[in-house]
Amino acid sequence: MSRLQVVSGKGGTGKTTVAAALALALATKGKRTLLVEVEGRQGIAQLFETEALPYEERKIAVAPGGGEVYALAIDAEQALLDYLQMFYKLGSAGRALKKLGAIDFATTIAPGVRDVLLTGKACEAVRRKEKSGRFAYDYVVMDAPPTGRITRFLNVNDEVAGLAKVGPIHNQAQAVMRVLKSRETAVHLVTLLEEMPVQETADGIAELRAARLPVGRVVVNMVRPAVLDATDLELVRETPRAALARSLSGAGLGGARRGGHAERLVDPLLAQAEEYAERYALEQEQRSVLTDLGLPLHELPLLAEGMDLAGLYELATELRKQGIA
Amino acid sequence: MSPDPAARPKDGARRLSHARVLDVDPLLEDPKTRIVVCCGAGGVGKTTTAAALGLRAAERGRKVVVLTIDPARRLAQSMGIDSLDNTPRRVKGVDDSAGGELHAMMLDMKRTFDEIVEAHADPGRAAAILGNPFYQSLSAGFAGTQEYMAMEKLGQLRGRDEWDLIVVDTPPSRSALDFLDAPKRLGSFLDGKLIRVLLAPAKVGGRAGMKFLNVGMSMMTGVLGKVLGGPFLKDVQTFVAAMDSMFGGFRTRADATYKLLQAPGTAFLVVAAPERDALREAAYFVERLAAEDMPLAGLVLNRVHGSGADRLSAERALAAAENLEDPRIVDQTGGKAGVRNSPDTHGSSQAPESPAESSASESPASESPASESSAPDSSAPEASPTPSPEDDVPDADTPERSVDQLASGLLRLHAERMHLLAREQRTRDRFTARHPEVAVTEVAALPGDVHDLAGLRDIGARLATGEPELPESDV
Repeated sequence: MSRLQVVSGKGGTGKTTVAAALALALATKGKRTLLVEVEGRQGIAQLFETEALPYEERKIAVAPGGGEVYALAIDAEQALLDYLQMFYKLGSAGRALKKLGAIDFATTIAPGVRDVLLTGKACEAVRRKEKSGRFAYDYVVMDAPPTGRITRFLNVNDEVAGLAKVGPIHNQAQAVMRVLKSRETAVHLVTLLEEMPVQETADGIAELRAARLPVGRVVVNMVRPAVLDATDLELVRETPRAALARSLSGAGLGGARRGGHAERLVDPLLAQAEEYAERYALEQEQRSVLTDLGLPLHELPLLAEGMDLAGLYELATELRKQGIA
Repeated sequence: MSPDPAARPKDGARRLSHARVLDVDPLLEDPKTRIVVCCGAGGVGKTTTAAALGLRAAERGRKVVVLTIDPARRLAQSMGIDSLDNTPRRVKGVDDSAGGELHAMMLDMKRTFDEIVEAHADPGRAAAILGNPFYQSLSAGFAGTQEYMAMEKLGQLRGRDEWDLIVVDTPPSRSALDFLDAPKRLGSFLDGKLIRVLLAPAKVGGRAGMKFLNVGMSMMTGVLGKVLGGPFLKDVQTFVAAMDSMFGGFRTRADATYKLLQAPGTAFLVVAAPERDALREAAYFVERLAAEDMPLAGLVLNRVHGSGADRLSAERALAAAENLEDPRIVDQTGGKAGVRNSPDTHGSSQAPESPAESSASESPASESPASESSAPDSSAPEASPTPSPEDDVPDADTPERSVDQLASGLLRLHAERMHLLAREQRTRDRFTARHPEVAVTEVAALPGDVHDLAGLRDIGARLATGEPELPESDV
């Protein structure tokens, strides 16, 4: 099991949710995980219903069985200042650099530097050891940028190598790449059973593979329950409307005659079934596209009440059940 | 819960009661509308919305160009264009009977940047800039370059004045606000102190104040050199020197585009789906646009679900479904009995299995409840983690299902739909409470993706009606 778990996915697929559920799942049985956020969105804080996370590792949840989940919102600017402090003992010069716009330049404009700092911090947490020799964190889970940008984000070496050919940023990039391309890392992609996210997942996997980054699993999120199967849907089309009306009426939903309450329900219910059938067929199609990718495939249910903290634990349990953690 | 389904207020479960309705047609038809900007979180159908609006405006007689920035080239697919490059292409198959045209283009940010350099520097200097490694990374890689170039391209298109209406899709940014911020950020970098330091370290000390003198400018560049690596810094310095004459231009153009976005001919549409995160981001955007004096036309709410049977609540539907699955609960021939007599909808189906004395009249293939496999646990069918429908296959010796079983399936499907509606309603209400002034148009959820102009046209029609089309009317 790789110790750095990177979670990406198309926008709107719930990658932050899956990353958080994974961090919880991996923390079970007394393990300690660190959930890191790199895009400054405070999505983790919202999910765990806590105040905004500072640039500091902080315990945010206790997993079943006594494990702990820590969270960290990595801020590139702060990471760079720390880094300068660590290596150059800059003191007030760091502030001066900031005033000058140099920090802003390095973290937002200079291509790739920001990504090196963000991935670098995550890799540092992966490698960090306590005095006892035990790893500070058993697993580090990263809520990473979306599929469209993930390869570029992780492949910092290529980005920076052409520019920073020597110096600490260069060395840092090398060290980061050693972790990211090793078996210590697995990149998971979150998708929905819809055409565009599935296509983007397939493209993302091809890009990751071309960059020799380790692809992990595909997680299908928000899978709706199968209420009717293909046979049912076929039968629905063949069943006389009057019979359905009688059946609904028998269940206490009003009169079966023309114009009766039960009779008037038949059309809308059948229309919903048609819609369901169309979506069902599309989902089956997308499911088979995903199966053809040849990666371990996991499905997480759509939570009826929307996403909340209880739901997060539910998803974590589901991930464990499916052997992902 | 009202005992009689007919007594429920018709729209109570579903509609936005207080929100204003956004009417997109007058907006698209008004010759004074020159720019429509679609913004919002990723994955809410922004690109599709932009394309659908462009098509609708074109078919209502306007000469439209749609500028998309999304690298996934989805717009290209839905418009049947194989490759969108950095120049607008006419879209075929558009109904031009009203005299309109539709053009579409996809932003190539590197190309756009190159064009600026080529247009503003003499050939020798342009070649030096284009070949500089720092420039090459900056133009292709910097997260803000895309946003900056999108705004630059918008300014160019507007400047050409060839189109009545420009519809812009915004980049899939880290945050929906990046496209407002990035141009300023890049502009302030290109104009900023750092640039001057890099150009001529010695000159700046006096202006930047005593603090900098203490540290020493050469040390500044020294530190930058150490961190980034000497050659990198040299690339930056060469780049900066070559770009020197153009910096003022960048700032000026960024400012001009920004003003264009505040101008009366511009309308912002915030696109969202009725989901918590998307609407949270939408609310944030609404507030930000107001703070920037940018004209918001309204909110496009995509993927809204409706039901033609919304008077039948989820609870009643589930209770009725249970009645049908377990004939012991109610005398099936009674017709009127049922729900009201069995308020315990959660526990009733858990009754111990016993051979049912099936007296049901219209269920010839009626089986004992044990064979009913499509209803795992009636208390929470939505949360059922059933990973794949294949696991849900009925017993092999149950080749056919009774009408009752089908009806119960339909009712469970309906209950699921009603739960979804209620959740969407709660999310929307939260937004409306916070921003009652924002006009909203709703677009019904489609089962599949949009692939062609017909699909876009359909979305456009849904955008214009402002209310989700009920499944009822599809029949």
